[in-house]
Amino acid sequence: MPKEYRTIEEVSGPLMLVKNTSGVTYNELGEIELSDGSRRRCRVLEINGSDALVQLFESSAGINIEDSKVRFLGHGIELGVSEDMLGRVFDGLGRPKDGKPEIIPDLRADINGTPMNPAARSYPEEFIQTGVSAIDGLNTLVRGQKLPIFSGSGLPHANLAAQIARQAKVLGEGSKFAVVFAAIGITFEEAEYFIDDFRKTGALERTVLFVNLANDPAIERIATPKMALTAAEYLAFRKNMHVLVIMTDITNYADALREISAARKEVPGRRGYPGYMYTDLATLYERAGRLKGSDGSITLIPILTMPEDDKTHPIPDLTGYITEGQIILSRELYRKNVMPPVDVLPSLSRLKDKGIGEGKTRADHANTMNQLFAAYARGKEAKELMVILGEAALSEVDKLYAKFADEFERKYVSQGYTTDRSIEETLEIGWELLSILPRSELKRIKDEYLDKYYKG
Amino acid sequence: MAEKCGIIRKVSGPLVIAEGMRDANMYDVVRVSDLGLVGEIIEMHGGDASIQVYEETSGLGPGGKVVSTMEPLSAELGPGLIKSIYDGIQRPLDAIMAKAGTRLERGINVPALSRDIKWEFKATASLGKVSGGDILGTVAETEVVEHRIMVPPTWDGELIELNSGSFTVEETIGKIKLHNGEIKELKLMQKWPVRVGRPYKKKLSPDMPLVTGQRVIDTLFPIAKGGVGTVPGPFGSGKTVVQHQLAKWADADIVIYIGCGERGNEMTDVLNEFPEIKDPKTGKTLMERTVLIANTSDMPVAAREASIYTGITITEYFRDMGYSVVLLADSTSRWAEALREMSGRLEEMPGEEGYPAYLGSRLAGFYERAGRVVSCGTEDRVGALSVVGAVSPQGGDISEPVSQATLRIVKVFWGLDSELAYRRHFPAINWLKSYSLYVDSMSKWYGDNISADWIPQRTRIMALLQEEAELEEMVKLVGMDALVATDRLKLEIARSIREDYLHQDAFHEVDTYASLDKQCTMARLILKFYDMTKAALSEGVNINKIVNLPVRERIGRIKYVPENKLENEYNDILENISREIDNLKKEAAENA
Repeated sequence: MPKEYRTIEEVSGPLMLVKNTSGVTYNELGEIELSDGSRRRCRVLEINGSDALVQLFESSAGINIEDSKVRFLGHGIELGVSEDMLGRVFDGLGRPKDGKPEIIPDLRADINGTPMNPAARSYPEEFIQTGVSAIDGLNTLVRGQKLPIFSGSGLPHANLAAQIARQAKVLGEGSKFAVVFAAIGITFEEAEYFIDDFRKTGALERTVLFVNLANDPAIERIATPKMALTAAEYLAFRKNMHVLVIMTDITNYADALREISAARKEVPGRRGYPGYMYTDLATLYERAGRLKGSDGSITLIPILTMPEDDKTHPIPDLTGYITEGQIILSRELYRKNVMPPVDVLPSLSRLKDKGIGEGKTRADHANTMNQLFAAYARGKEAKELMVILGEAALSEVDKLYAKFADEFERKYVSQGYTTDRSIEETLEIGWELLSILPRSELKRIKDEYLDKYYKG
Repeated sequence: MAEKCGIIRKVSGPLVIAEGMRDANMYDVVRVSDLGLVGEIIEMHGGDASIQVYEETSGLGPGGKVVSTMEPLSAELGPGLIKSIYDGIQRPLDAIMAKAGTRLERGINVPALSRDIKWEFKATASLGKVSGGDILGTVAETEVVEHRIMVPPTWDGELIELNSGSFTVEETIGKIKLHNGEIKELKLMQKWPVRVGRPYKKKLSPDMPLVTGQRVIDTLFPIAKGGVGTVPGPFGSGKTVVQHQLAKWADADIVIYIGCGERGNEMTDVLNEFPEIKDPKTGKTLMERTVLIANTSDMPVAAREASIYTGITITEYFRDMGYSVVLLADSTSRWAEALREMSGRLEEMPGEEGYPAYLGSRLAGFYERAGRVVSCGTEDRVGALSVVGAVSPQGGDISEPVSQATLRIVKVFWGLDSELAYRRHFPAINWLKSYSLYVDSMSKWYGDNISADWIPQRTRIMALLQEEAELEEMVKLVGMDALVATDRLKLEIARSIREDYLHQDAFHEVDTYASLDKQCTMARLILKFYDMTKAALSEGVNINKIVNLPVRERIGRIKYVPENKLENEYNDILENISREIDNLKKEAAENA
């Protein structure tokens, strides 16, 4: 029976100081028992002699310095995991939320995980067909990749994420597939949208949901993504499943991190976020990947809303430095009714080169991809020039580029949320569009592919 | 001897404070708790030592013991380094995987150099007087690298015994009698504290380029052998690809690649790819000359701080053998962040953006360990240590402290530009912002070794790009039609320089590397085209006709022509240019 302490000295925001402890260790899980018998969880943030500084995972309301008791449990925060989690809904701290009984855990895993040995990773290179041209054709997703969606308030990132979860498949293979979904401080409606979509498409039995809603305590959010990743690691590396993890919204997670940092009076980095936010986010994102000796994989799609659509805000900025690319949604395209409004130029998939080409997609994929990017960039420049100087100021070639840019947005990007395009269809549409331009402009494509596919 | 033991008092993330450590030295390596976690003393207050722990500290609490090893953090230097992948404190990751599986568990103890492998040592030194740095003999470590076993730098005296044969790194290969009469055993392995630069006789100024095969770098902003450069850029602008390209193609004998706080998959990529790629000079794989240090972003923060020093110490060791060595550090920003995190936990007064006030001096101390030097030893050996550090400025804004502190030290600046990256112009090195301060000191080398045209061509290209930027401004205001024909031609040529010359496809089998000769030929072709078309313009040829010349497509494709077919292609294109321009001239004369 662990010792009970009645020595809570201070409660301030999400932090609490417990005096005269002994044998307490860093990162240990604690349990606070209130006078009414209810229990809350906390973890040790710092231990200095006999003083333990702990961080609460739930609200501090009702904690009484006089009669509340604290117990330290001798281990870190753990999540009981088993295959029965599929099809279930949990709250942000991993307790069942769907009214069904607790699961019987196969094993209990520390939610912080342990870092993968870089020498033990195997490189992600299996093409995932999402059925979305802007992703498959230009920013190809591969198994084991971490590819975030940078969105803004009010943009349809949920629709795109649900579309990916629904359509994603690896060509020519029928392996075990699961989705882990972590809702971090999102609204009830948004969470319902996902759950509904999973239910309608029958994906729910293959899904584990962790839901922390906007009105749940903010500090609980610190644990939610870690819970989800722990479940995902179990399914991927113990049960050899291919797991797609969707986490939304990372911005809320970072804000909770800031709240705790501020309460600890740490020296803030940019915009008040703690200096260790890069490391903290990395310990989440880097849990995606593939390991040697295991057939499973974790593909991670975190979603974050950029405050003021600003890509240089610390949250998207640090995320971009850790993840292997990003899919950026654009408000301008959204207003133009381009669905999904993927802004392909600043979007990027760093692992695409290993996932495309002969035997994976098609030999001409890399060349056409680069040409589409270059042509669209030039087309957009031409259109800007046209706005200032009028169409007459453009050269003949630039007019073609401007036309290309328009058609590209309309035919290639804007496909709606229900169209599931095969990679061949996507490549065909690409060639159709490139055929608007004269052949001499297509410098980035090898002659053999031009001979085979160019239709101009 | 009784173990000198301290007791943990405080644990806060990677920082542990222990009492009763009065006997330990600053920067001693300590073992923390029963798990034996590795740490380093970074501050002393009376008997209290502040320790940065290189492993995850969960589960540590007051009362745990702390034992000092009474040695500073050191790197093991000897045969077996090449082809290894280490973490930030030189633990071999592949051996750890063999021992503990795919995850990095704590408290695993594996020596950096294998104690089992027997290396074939060939003694070359003769008995008698030797001084620190003298070469004792060689070990053929890989097919490419001849590992030269040296007398440790601080030992001077008389060599009294030396044997050839098969040895492990710990076995004695000979004996040396120091000046004070002490007899020391020589081994294949030596140790060196990572935070102290290895000594050398004298530093030389750099006068020859480190050829990288990347046109924008070699032609416009070259780095010298023994030089220091930096690549700052926002995410997605291709920092890592630039670093990988340098690791692959730089004409160095040894490459040390540090992945400091970066993605795990990037290290996997290097591990998968380098054993497959052939070095154009040796014909062997690139892995045969590479050492990797991987402290990825999810691995403990404190070890990230050490990784840079571990890396440069290994690099210096190879430099001392007389090799040209390149150290690539991706990314120094993550190293600085580790410094900031520890500084915050130590409750130091922060400087700018929370970084410690000593950020600048630490960075300078690191970069100054680069250079071309005459190494220690009786005979003069020249080795070069070049460093290229990536910087990841937040939001791509290089006014932040790490970029600024770096720019004050380095001589080459390759500024990456997200605008170029969006247009898929790679490498996305901005030609207007970047600079290299080595061009002047190396101009003689280019004249002697490549071509007398090299420097004039470079000057013309830079001028054209600069003029293009000015003309572009004008076009935005008044439109293309308002430009005179010569300016329009300038714009076209500048575009050709950008697209046909500076743009380089890292994933194309031919284009990924261009020798200096190829670069020279390509630049000459574009500039010749410019000269000839300019002359044609003055003879009344219409600019639109010139813009649409079919030969331009071939100029654009010359980068994909292999080096052995280059000369024929060049001559052929040149002939075509003259013919097509002559036709235009004739046409123009007839119309007039």
